[in-house]
Amino acid sequence: MSTTSVAHHDEHEEHPTGIMRWLTTTNHKDIGTMYLTFSLVMFLVGGCMILGIRAELFKPGLQLMNPEFFNQLIGVHALIMIFAALMPAATGFANWMLPLQLGAPDMALPRLNNWGFWILPPSAILLTLPFTLALFGIGDGALATGWTFYPPLSVQGGIGVDFAIFAVHLLGISSVLGSINIIVTIFNMRAPGMTLMKMPLFAWGWLITAFLLIATIPVLAGAVTMLLTDRHFGTHFFDAAGGGDPIMFQHLFWFFGHPEVYILLLPVWGFIPQILQTFSRKPMYGYKAQVYSLWSIGALSVVVWAHHFFTAGMPVPALLYFMYSTMAISLPLAVLFYCWIRTMWKGAMTFETPMLFSVGWIILFGVGGLTGLVLADVAADAQYHNSYFVVAHFHYTLFAGGIMGIMAGVYYWLPKMTGHMYNEKLGKLHFWLTAISFNVTFIPQFFVGLAGMPRRIPDYALQFAEFNMISTIGAFVLGLSQLLLVYNIISCARGGQKATDKVWEGAIGLEWTLPSPPPYHSFTEQPVVK
Amino acid sequence: MQGMKKLGASAFALFYSLSARADYTFNFPDPVTPMALDTLHVHNKFMLITAVIFVVVLAIMIYSIVKHRHDKGYKAVVDKPPSTTMEIFWTLIPFAILLLIDFVIMGIPAYHSVVMMEDTRDQSTMVIKITGSQWRWQYEYLDGDAQGIKFVSNLATTNDQLNNKEEKGEHYLLEVDNPLVLPVGEKVRILMTASDVLHNWWVPQFGSSRVAVPGFIRETWVQVEKAGVYRGQCKELCGKGHGYMPVVVNAVSKEEFAAWAGKKQAEQKAAGDVKELTKEELLAQGKTVYEKNCAVCHQVSGAGLPPAFPALTGSKIATGPIFGADGKYQKDSHLDRVLNGKGVMPAWKATLNDTEIAAVITYERNALGNTASVDALVQPPQVKAARE
Repeated sequence: MSTTSVAHHDEHEEHPTGIMRWLTTTNHKDIGTMYLTFSLVMFLVGGCMILGIRAELFKPGLQLMNPEFFNQLIGVHALIMIFAALMPAATGFANWMLPLQLGAPDMALPRLNNWGFWILPPSAILLTLPFTLALFGIGDGALATGWTFYPPLSVQGGIGVDFAIFAVHLLGISSVLGSINIIVTIFNMRAPGMTLMKMPLFAWGWLITAFLLIATIPVLAGAVTMLLTDRHFGTHFFDAAGGGDPIMFQHLFWFFGHPEVYILLLPVWGFIPQILQTFSRKPMYGYKAQVYSLWSIGALSVVVWAHHFFTAGMPVPALLYFMYSTMAISLPLAVLFYCWIRTMWKGAMTFETPMLFSVGWIILFGVGGLTGLVLADVAADAQYHNSYFVVAHFHYTLFAGGIMGIMAGVYYWLPKMTGHMYNEKLGKLHFWLTAISFNVTFIPQFFVGLAGMPRRIPDYALQFAEFNMISTIGAFVLGLSQLLLVYNIISCARGGQKATDKVWEGAIGLEWTLPSPPPYHSFTEQPVVK
Repeated sequence: MQGMKKLGASAFALFYSLSARADYTFNFPDPVTPMALDTLHVHNKFMLITAVIFVVVLAIMIYSIVKHRHDKGYKAVVDKPPSTTMEIFWTLIPFAILLLIDFVIMGIPAYHSVVMMEDTRDQSTMVIKITGSQWRWQYEYLDGDAQGIKFVSNLATTNDQLNNKEEKGEHYLLEVDNPLVLPVGEKVRILMTASDVLHNWWVPQFGSSRVAVPGFIRETWVQVEKAGVYRGQCKELCGKGHGYMPVVVNAVSKEEFAAWAGKKQAEQKAAGDVKELTKEELLAQGKTVYEKNCAVCHQVSGAGLPPAFPALTGSKIATGPIFGADGKYQKDSHLDRVLNGKGVMPAWKATLNDTEIAAVITYERNALGNTASVDALVQPPQVKAARE
C-alpha cells in the first residue's frame, strides 16, 4: 500500500487515459505533441489544396475547376499553411523544448496552454467549413480573396469571408495565449544561473516572436473586425463612397503581415544554430551578435510594412522610406548568415538528416533573402509586384526558410521526444527529394514571373506553358515526398532503435541531460547552470 | 496506363518545345519605355550583385562541407571572437560592403528611378483615364487630338478556347476587342481608378503598374518609344474574372494616331445619335452587348450562377414592368438595375451608351427564354431620358 502511494507520489497525480488525456492535459509535452500533430495534418491538407491548383495550372485552359473555386483554394491554402501549419509547429516546439532547454518542470501557465491549443481545431474547421457547406447549396464556398482579405473584393465576397474572419480571430487568440505563456515561462522558469544571455538561442527567437505576436495580432483582429462591420453593419472604413479608403486596410493588414513573416522565421533562426553547433561539434559562433541581430530584425519588421504594396500609390518620401528601411533588414540578416556559416567553418561536421536540412535551409533561405533585397527596390518592384516572381520569393523564405527549418527541428528532436531513432536512410532520401523538387517547383516560377505572369490567375497565356508544366511536376514530387516524413515520424513514434540521453555526439544544452523520452514532469529538480 | 502515356507525351512535348525555342525568356520582356528600360537595368544589376554574393558564399560553404568533416578526422577548432585590430577590420569589411551595396550601389539609382517614376506631369502631352471594373478596362482620352474618345476593352478570346473545345490562338487570353491606342514618343499621363474593386493595369514591357482604387485617382505615365502591339494583364486579384481582363496597347505613329482619333470621334458621334430602332436591330445588337458584358456572370443561356449571380431567365426584374404611370422608370426595375447596379451588379451607365443599354435590355426581355408582357421594347431615347 505504502509503496504504491510512493510510486504515485513521484508522478504527482493520476492521468486520464484515451481521449480525455488529450482533452484535459496540461502537460507541456502532451500539448506540444498535439500542436505538432495538428501542424502536420494541416500541412498535408494545405498541400493537397495547392496540388489541386498546380494540377489546374499544368497546362493552359480550364481543366479541373472553375475560377471561383481556384480563388478559394489559393487563399485558404495560404491561411492554412501560415496559421495552421507553420505557426503551430513553432508553438509545438516551444512547448516541447522550452521547459527542457530552460530546466523547468513545465510551462508557466499550463491551463492556458491547453486552451491555446484546443482553440485551433475549431478554427481550422471554421476556415474550411464553407467548402463543405457549398456542397449542400449553402453559400458560395470559402474565402475567395486570397489570404490578404483586400477590400472591396472581400466586402463583395460571400459567407466564406465571414468564416475566415472568425477563424482568424480564433487563431489570433490562440497565438496570443501561446505567446503570453512563452514570455512568462522564459522570464520566470529559467534554471538558477541561467541569465538571459546564457539562454539557448531558441528561447531568444521565441521570446521576440512572442512580443511581435502580442504587438501585431490585435491590429489584424481590428482590421478584419472593421471589414466585418463594413460587410454587415453599414460602416465605411474601407469604402471611399463613405469617406473610407480601401488602401487603409492594406496598411493595417501588413502592419501585422510583415512582422508575421518574422514570427514564422524567428523560432527557426533560434534552433537552426543549435543544430549547426551539434553537428559541427563546436559551440555556435557569435551568440551575442545573433541575439542582437534577432532583436534588430524584430524591431525593423514593424516599420517596413508598406513594401508589400508599393504599387498601390504612395507619396515619394514614403516610397523612399519604406525602400531604405526594408534594405536595412539585410544588415542584421547578413550577420546571422555570417554566424551560421562561421559555426560550420572548421567544425568537425557530420551530415545526419537534421544537418542536411539545416545546410540546405541556409542555401535556399539565402535565395529567398537575396530576392527579397531586390524586391525592396520600388522601381523594379513595379514589375515584380503580384507576379510569380513574388510567389517564388516568398516560397523560398516560407517553405525553404520556414518549413524546411521545421523539418530540421523535427529530425533533430524526434529521438528526444519519442525515445527512438528515426530511419536515417529515409530521412536523407526525404531531404534530397524535398530540396530538389522544391527547386524544380519554384525556379520556373521566377522566370514566368519575370516574363509577365501575374499570380492568382486560373489560366495563363501560352508563352508560360512550359515553365508551368515543370513547376507542376516538381510540386507533385514535392508533395508526395512528404509522405516519407509522415511514415518516418509514425514508425519512429512506434518503436525502433533506442535513443541515448544525448542522442547526438555534439549536442549541447539541458534537454540532452534528461532521458529520451524525458520524464512526465521534465525537471523535477532544477538543474544549476554555471 | 492511359495517364502514363499522356504524361510521357506531355513530357516529350515539353522538352521538344524547350529545345525548339532557344530564345526562351528568362528575364523581363524587351523594354519599350524609359521606365521599363530603367527597371531592366536595375533588375540586371541587382541580379548580378546577388548572384555574386550567392556564389561566393556558397563556394565558402561547399569548401567547408568538403574539408571540415568529422569522417575525415578533422578536429573542430575553438572559435575566438575577433580581438586584434586587423581581425575586427576584416569582420567589419563585409558589413561595409553590404552598406555600400544597399544604400549606394542600389540605393542611389533607386532614388532616381522612383523620382522619375512618380513624375507624371513634366512634359506630358496628353492625359488618359483608365477605369478598371469587373472584368474589363475602360479608356477615356481627356485632351488632345483624341479628346472625348471613350470605349471599353473586353477579352476577345472565345469561350471555346477557354474550355479547350477549340485550339488556342497565338494571343490566348491576351487579346481584346478594342485595344488602347497610344502615339509613339509622347509622354502620356495616366489617371487610374476603378468602379468596383481593386485592379492593376500592367504591361510588362512598359514597366509601370499601378493599382486602380475605387473612389480614388492614382497616377502613372508611359512613353512608348517603339511602335507595336503590347500585351499585359490585370495584376490585382479582382474576383473570378481576374485572369480574363487583359490589357492590349497599340502604339502607332503620331500621324496614324491622329487619323485613328478622327475616325473614332466620328464613329462615336454617330453612335451618340439616339434614334428609335426596330426590334430586330435591338435584338441583334443586344445579343453582342450581352455576350460581351453580361454573360460572364449571368451566363450565355441566362441561367446565371446562383446564388451569387442570379438567373435572368424567368427573373421578375427582367420580365416585370419598367416604366410607371408617369412614364419614368421605377426603382428596382430592369432599367434601374442595369443603369445603377446594386450590390455585386455593376452600374453600366458610365460604360455603355444609350443604344447599347436599350439593346441589351430588350434582348434580355425577349430572349434567354423570356417574353416580357409589359415594356417588351426599350428604345434608346427612353434610356437617354432616364439618364436625365
